[in-house]
Amino acid sequence: MMETVFTPLQSLGGGALIGLAAVLLMATMGRVMGATGIVAGLLQPASGADWVWRAAMVAGMVSGPLVVLALTGQMPVVQVPVSTGMLVVGGLIVGIGVTFGSGCTSGHGVCGMARLSPRSIVATLTFMATTAVTVFVVRHVIGG
Amino acid sequence: MRLIIVYLIGLIFGVGISISGMANPAKVLNFFDLAGTWDPSLAFVMGGALLVTFFGYRVVLKRKAPIMASGFQLPTRRDFDLPLIGGSAFFGIGWGIAGFCPGGALPALGTGRSEVFVFVGALLAGILIAKALQAALARQGEATV
Repeated sequence: MMETVFTPLQSLGGGALIGLAAVLLMATMGRVMGATGIVAGLLQPASGADWVWRAAMVAGMVSGPLVVLALTGQMPVVQVPVSTGMLVVGGLIVGIGVTFGSGCTSGHGVCGMARLSPRSIVATLTFMATTAVTVFVVRHVIGG
Repeated sequence: MRLIIVYLIGLIFGVGISISGMANPAKVLNFFDLAGTWDPSLAFVMGGALLVTFFGYRVVLKRKAPIMASGFQLPTRRDFDLPLIGGSAFFGIGWGIAGFCPGGALPALGTGRSEVFVFVGALLAGILIAKALQAALARQGEATV
């Protein structure tokens, strides 16, 4: 376990930028900003043009930390309190889960919830609950 | 032109994820660790994102069409099925184990940290495995019907 500092203002501001990106993508491309859908379409593109805009979007996302570095002189903090094995197992489970569940935190949790989609509300409540249970089990049952 | 705009939208998302703390697994896992080192920051990320998206979508979706495409592509399904609920439950287990979600991990690649590449590699493999399973299930469904 690793203590982290409570950052209400940065988190609220960062969240507002995430929302702004979602609104701008809807206004320009007419699409939902879901990381799952964007990556899945990159792996199995419907067409060349479809692949290119997804690649441009991911390139923009990956540039985010570098812009933060340029503006503040500091790379965003990434603290990984889990083992490599847990990253691999967790990554596989996340990939399978978001594909069957048709979305993740950005697609269901932000865009779908903002549209008051019943499917997204149920999906978000479900994964928030299983994440909390998993963290409890990993940290306080197995690790405790 | 279109690609530059999409790139900039991705950049805004990436900067937002970076400063919000969603790219930091320690912070994400602490949000869920009510019984331990709790950090409520992620509630503010969700709150900020939902507030802007909720009101922004209301303005944007009043238009007839988006600026750079012929129509809005919105999910239309309203039913609750096993893949939605089971898949979401499964996703949460993985998120709780690794601390990264897809939207947090993609921008985090830009930090160049090897752990992010390990997670994203596994994530892509998981997506491909699930797509193959879905295709196999669909074929089986056709064969039995």
